[in-house]
Amino acid sequence: MKTRYVPSTELLERAQCGEMAAIGRLITRAEGNVEEIRSTLSTIYQRAGRAHVIGLTGVPGSGKSTLVGTLTARLRTKGQKVGIVAVDPSSPYSGGAILGDRVRMSELVLDPGVYIRSMATRGAVGGMARATLDVVDILDIGGFDTIIIETVGVGQDEVEIAKASHTTVVVSAPGLGDDIQAIKAGMLEIADIHVVSKFDRSDANRTMVDLKKMLTFGAMTSAGTGWQTPVVGVSSLSGEGLDELVEKIELHREVARSSRGDARRRAIATFRLQKTAEHLLVERFTKASASAVPALAERLSRRQGDPYALANELLASAAASS
Amino acid sequence: MEPIRVLLAKVGLDGHDRGVKVVARTLRDAGMDVIYSGLHRTPAEVVTAAVQEDVDVLGVSLLSGVQLTVFPKIFALLEEHGARDMIVIAGGVMPDEDVVELKKMGVAEVLLQDTTPDKIVATLKRLVTERGAR
Repeated sequence: MKTRYVPSTELLERAQCGEMAAIGRLITRAEGNVEEIRSTLSTIYQRAGRAHVIGLTGVPGSGKSTLVGTLTARLRTKGQKVGIVAVDPSSPYSGGAILGDRVRMSELVLDPGVYIRSMATRGAVGGMARATLDVVDILDIGGFDTIIIETVGVGQDEVEIAKASHTTVVVSAPGLGDDIQAIKAGMLEIADIHVVSKFDRSDANRTMVDLKKMLTFGAMTSAGTGWQTPVVGVSSLSGEGLDELVEKIELHREVARSSRGDARRRAIATFRLQKTAEHLLVERFTKASASAVPALAERLSRRQGDPYALANELLASAAASS
Repeated sequence: MEPIRVLLAKVGLDGHDRGVKVVARTLRDAGMDVIYSGLHRTPAEVVTAAVQEDVDVLGVSLLSGVQLTVFPKIFALLEEHGARDMIVIAGGVMPDEDVVELKKMGVAEVLLQDTTPDKIVATLKRLVTERGAR
């Protein structure tokens, strides 16, 4: 069954009218890095920028997906249209992925004011996929007011989300005291809002106290904005704390939108620019160097040269052939 | 080539999901992006998810015998969303005469209980190749 290939420019017009299938197809093409969509993505980027982007991150099993679900339901009661980009890891072996975040958001599916899209990391590190921010732009022009990026379950170093979102929410679950120790160098620093999830559990308060204590060791407010990072206990089960979380998010959005958010906006643009250049570079290099790799790798494995010298040779040959 | 995107769905009052989970794992190991709907979904929920996720293949697993009522609804909803180009396959245990009916409706393949994992993977790859770029 061959069907007509709908040009991306046409999909864009339909996506702006909120047509779900058109938004879906644009995302697929952006994710697939299809040549044909690049000029349309340029238009999309220039039309986007209206939505508030929330990055939600935390260790695996901390309750991110469930929280995205309950938070979205709460934002909907305030009349906001919500787009969700849920990132899950690709298998390093097969490249395949099980994208399971949707299962925890099933009550939202039939709400036309909610769009959920799952993405696999496809080898990208940092907690997001290569095209995650393109997807955010597409949802933005599709009329979604708030867009939540749910990262993969992260460890210590996956802090890119802070440079991709206006408001970064870090989720910690109770009972993982050691993990809090472990994340304090990376994730504690990037949070604009801390959430202690599963707050119905008896040990949740302990986690909250730990987090607050940890915060007092660092700077109490983030430089330039005067924003004081709150810690909010949330139970998705009972709904406790959700109103407070929404309120903090709204407060932070005001800060982010004001002149106090200038530095953050520049940081986001810088990150996007550098990351995109990096992708282009890798793409070109991989293509230009492919033919030279096997012979050089062979020499390296025979120890007929060292990694730096041979890598330099590889770079030189790629430069020559591109 | 980009990974094939698949939504595996369970519809209605059917709590048996061991089979569909094995299939999910099989497809993942074949390099595909697999989204699983969870149990007890309605046709509307499944189709909305499939359209938002823009999957290449929508696979519906049914062990409850309601295939002849579920698939017409799925096709009607896909039509409504302008997504009739989606490849729809059925999986599970069902009578031979239903298989004939389903194919008439537009189900691309019916994978019954004795289908091997290799065959499932090969079938999906073939269907997506036949469909071409989208």
